[in-house]
Amino acid sequence: MEGECRAPQARSSGLPAGGAGGESPGGDAPLSGSSGSSALLQAEVLDLDEDEDDLEVFSKDASLMDMNSFSPMMPTSPLSMINQVKFEDEPDLKDLFITVDEPESHVTTIETFITYRIITKTSRGEFDSSEFEVRRRYQDFLWLKERLEEAHPTLIIPPLPEKFIVKGMVERFNDDFIETRRKALHKFLNRIADHPTLTFNEDFKVFLTAQAWELSSHKKQGPGLLSRMGQTVRAVALSMRGVKSRPEEFMEMNNFIEIFSQKINLIDKISQRIYKEEREYFDEMKEYGPIHILWSASEEDLADTLKGVASCIDKCCKATEKRMSGLSEALLPVVHEYVLYSEMLMGVMKRRDQIQAELDSKVEALTSKKADTDLLTEEIGKLEDKVECANNALKADWERWKQNMQNDIKSAFTDMAEENIHYYEQCLATWESFLTSQTDLHLEEGSEDKL
Amino acid sequence: MEQAPPDPERRLQPAPLEPLGHPDAGVESVVGEEAEGARDEGPGDGTMTENNFWLKKIEISVSEAEKRTGRNAMNMQETYTAYLIETRSVEHIDGQSVLTDSLWRRYSEFELLRNYLLVYYPHIVVPPLPEKRAEFVWHKLSADNMDPDFVERRRIGLENFLLRVASHPILCRDKIFYLFLTQEGNWKETVNETGFQLKADSRLKALNATFRVKNPDKRFTELKHYSDELQSVISHLLRVRARVADRLYGVYKVHGNYGRVFSEWSAIEKEMGDGLQSAGHHMDVYASSIDDILEDEEHYADQLKEYLFYAEALRAVCRKHELMQYDLEMAAQDLASKKQQCEELATGTVRTFSLKGMTTKLFGQETPEQREARIKVLEEQINEGEQQLKSKNQEGREFVKNAWADIERFKEQKNHDLKEALISYAVMQISMCKKGIQVWTNAKECFSKM
Repeated sequence: MEGECRAPQARSSGLPAGGAGGESPGGDAPLSGSSGSSALLQAEVLDLDEDEDDLEVFSKDASLMDMNSFSPMMPTSPLSMINQVKFEDEPDLKDLFITVDEPESHVTTIETFITYRIITKTSRGEFDSSEFEVRRRYQDFLWLKERLEEAHPTLIIPPLPEKFIVKGMVERFNDDFIETRRKALHKFLNRIADHPTLTFNEDFKVFLTAQAWELSSHKKQGPGLLSRMGQTVRAVALSMRGVKSRPEEFMEMNNFIEIFSQKINLIDKISQRIYKEEREYFDEMKEYGPIHILWSASEEDLADTLKGVASCIDKCCKATEKRMSGLSEALLPVVHEYVLYSEMLMGVMKRRDQIQAELDSKVEALTSKKADTDLLTEEIGKLEDKVECANNALKADWERWKQNMQNDIKSAFTDMAEENIHYYEQCLATWESFLTSQTDLHLEEGSEDKL
Repeated sequence: MEQAPPDPERRLQPAPLEPLGHPDAGVESVVGEEAEGARDEGPGDGTMTENNFWLKKIEISVSEAEKRTGRNAMNMQETYTAYLIETRSVEHIDGQSVLTDSLWRRYSEFELLRNYLLVYYPHIVVPPLPEKRAEFVWHKLSADNMDPDFVERRRIGLENFLLRVASHPILCRDKIFYLFLTQEGNWKETVNETGFQLKADSRLKALNATFRVKNPDKRFTELKHYSDELQSVISHLLRVRARVADRLYGVYKVHGNYGRVFSEWSAIEKEMGDGLQSAGHHMDVYASSIDDILEDEEHYADQLKEYLFYAEALRAVCRKHELMQYDLEMAAQDLASKKQQCEELATGTVRTFSLKGMTTKLFGQETPEQREARIKVLEEQINEGEQQLKSKNQEGREFVKNAWADIERFKEQKNHDLKEALISYAVMQISMCKKGIQVWTNAKECFSKM
């Protein structure tokens, strides 16, 4: 079951209209073969010239805006900006803005859980309104991810934050945990929004816009539990067969994924450890400064110097705190997301392999003439298409993913380095100013007692 | 009073408690000599060029440490460290120094020297020895006395001790100290022959005096409080510093792991590979930079430790004062009671209860002759007592004057040294920050090129 993309895609040559969030010039699923970057851009332009609907939709939106209780203040400028930008072939367009915030605790007789508020602002025609506000819980996110995986088995779906944190989390609703999760969920949805194909997924739209009861009824419409189980059984059976021959490029990809996964996990551990050490250093430093103050109370001549040292230590302490928070905000979440991504990637490889295995098994059946050859040949034909689609989808998405990964890692580590530089610069300034104050005094005193 | 430089003809007795007046008095005669800088190997040596004529004539250094095995008093094999003490005398005006003496001493001999000085110079704040066992260590440092880093730091500490003694206007003239530097064999026997151990005040006596003294000089009471506070705050500071050092070590070293992993990761990356690899190298540099940083900090800690131990020396002076004061008070009390007894006998009134009074009642009054005899004895005792009290008083006053002079000298030394130490700590921090900035700037460049 391929994800059916909505109107814009169907209308045009199947490419996403407006270049919504498509960062990579790479081509797009589910179209086989064609999409080169220039083709994509060209199509966008063609799209708009041919089609009046888009413009109409926008104007429809404009009138709807007033009546819609969901959008108190949809700024018109993004709309017109988007209009303009479309003609200017801007690749980094966003017409879907999502925020995740306001975690709230809900208590029922059966359970306690947290919901997050999700605000969506959009200028897309297929959305009934330009602003939506809904509440979702983790389970809902999990559902969305599973649906996306089903719809696009060989696309790299963004990872969800873990269900539980294994170590030391007694309370599920610890503030830090909730905040970390909220940020990760925000990232998750935005990554989907930025993905050239996933952004148009129907379930995604429902997730963003439907009211609670609407969502539950929509969930029930999907393939039933039994059929899902059936798929899983088949998948396991296939994976047990093993992959006969993975094409070369996918061997390379698999190799990369394995090593990358190892390394990113190590980096995750190292980074967490650094945070822990910095925290413990900070805790000790907090005690260090005040001792000098205590000492200064029993001294006369030394009092100023001691107080000066105490003040420097305290300032460095604050700088350490800032460094720590920088680490936990910039580096740790990024590295952790890629740990989850690496697990995701292994899943994608598996699914690709399964699709190929399906084909392989039918081919084998054909050669051993076990069943009706005509039927088999037809099935094989379909499966070959399926395999080709899957492979191309993965290839394209792989390039996009690698590019993003490089950018994200580069930027995360550059930020970390910057934090450290800033930390040391602050401490340096503190100690240097202390030193000058002391040597100035020294010179004054020195001139007094020259015998 | 001796004014000349170290005089081998000096009497073999230990220097008496002579009223010395101003500490610098004896030094003026030698100011004409060219001031020779002390070998600057120990911490806080900057001040030593002033106020000492030893150093104008000689240089002292503890230049080596060596592991030795030998037999101890119980004829058991033991391993100990011996330190080489070299004394150079500055003969010529051009500052050339000639090695005059060189001998080996072990830590216990230093202790013996110091104990001797404590007994014979109770009014002096005697410089402390470096610690016997490693304390306030953070995890990387070994607490083992045989550990080479510990031995090295102790070597520096012992040298510092000798330099402090040699630069002290009074202590530097001591014969036993001179012999410590010059006479290897038989020195221990010589020290013991002075019988200083016998002269030492018993701890019990001192404790007793501390509790019972009624009118100690207020300054000493304050000084005692100060030394308690100083000891407490410096120990606390050293403890926390050690923990901070431990944590800092952890932060730096964990970064080293990045180096290895980046390097392995770079193998599968085409564009990012170089950046990762070189960034990893900088992480290694960062991680290894902490070793030198913390070694420097150990020297700072040693400077603080010296004053931690000085607190005990201060207390020793206070204790001596309390003892002398108590002694004085007891003598005065004793005299007063004798005077009263005498008076009673003379006037025939028995106002105070006494054994004599009781026995008189029981066994009959004594004869006038007997009474006369007793009065005479008492009067003699009173005379003696008054003499003693006078001299005790004078001793006490001298002690207070001299001790306080040394305490003032010590205070100045302490303020100067500790201020320098704190400033050097700031300098260390600055250097650490600069290194950090450099490493991370390099790393950032590598990351941004990925």
